[in-house]
Amino acid sequence: MNGFAEMIIKTEDIIVKTIARILIPFIQLFSLYVIMHGHYSPGGGFQGGVIMGASLVLLFLTHGYEESKERMSEKAAILFSSTGVLIYSGIGLLCLLLLGNYLDYGRLSLILNVDLAHARSLGILGVEIGVGFAVMAVMFSIFLDISTGGIEPGEEKKNEKASTR
Amino acid sequence: MSFMTVLSILCLLGGFFFFFTATIGLLRFPDFFTRLHATGKGDTLAVFLSLLGLAFYEGISLTGLKILIIAIFMFIAQPTATHAISRAGMRSGVKPWMKENIES
Repeated sequence: MNGFAEMIIKTEDIIVKTIARILIPFIQLFSLYVIMHGHYSPGGGFQGGVIMGASLVLLFLTHGYEESKERMSEKAAILFSSTGVLIYSGIGLLCLLLLGNYLDYGRLSLILNVDLAHARSLGILGVEIGVGFAVMAVMFSIFLDISTGGIEPGEEKKNEKASTR
Repeated sequence: MSFMTVLSILCLLGGFFFFFTATIGLLRFPDFFTRLHATGKGDTLAVFLSLLGLAFYEGISLTGLKILIIAIFMFIAQPTATHAISRAGMRSGVKPWMKENIES
């Protein structure tokens, strides 16, 4: 291979990095929009969570594991996914405690101090936010598990040293 | 037929023309990089023109503004994606179509 091709391979790709850094905040803003408008337009918790997870995947693909693990680590992903499930089931169980059915949002009007229709809308929004949290974290941790093979980069060398001893 | 409708029809026809030429380039060009050259440039302009035509048809409204934002997003993201794909091809050792690389 000639020298120019080798130079292309070895240099860092500044175009992709810069464009990703410009686009990622807008992608995350769009995902919040999709979650918030899930009642009366296409979208909802799952779709918004997937878009948010895709923005994190884009960050890790362009900037590398070492640079971007301070933004979102695997431990934080596990915490976020269980927080999302907790929000979802917490709202459902709160409706049970208020003598309704599971996820019967109308019952929330007793504690939220608003009328029935508003309570239903807010309950659905809360559940969508929980679903969005869970889907974002699970998408991200699936990506990390596939791309790193379940082993954190940097720990491979330690394992190799331990095995050679 | 109003002026905006004629403008939108012209933009959509231009978009279809560039989609057509990009597809011909994808099917007829000899190797990876020249095909990427055809689809990267042609599709970017075609998507931009098609969305612009739809925005002209919609007029000044929230939907038209959303379509314009999508068009700007595509105009930034699509050349970057083409660039990344061509770099990936170079990294994994795809040979460009040159005189010394032609075998058959």
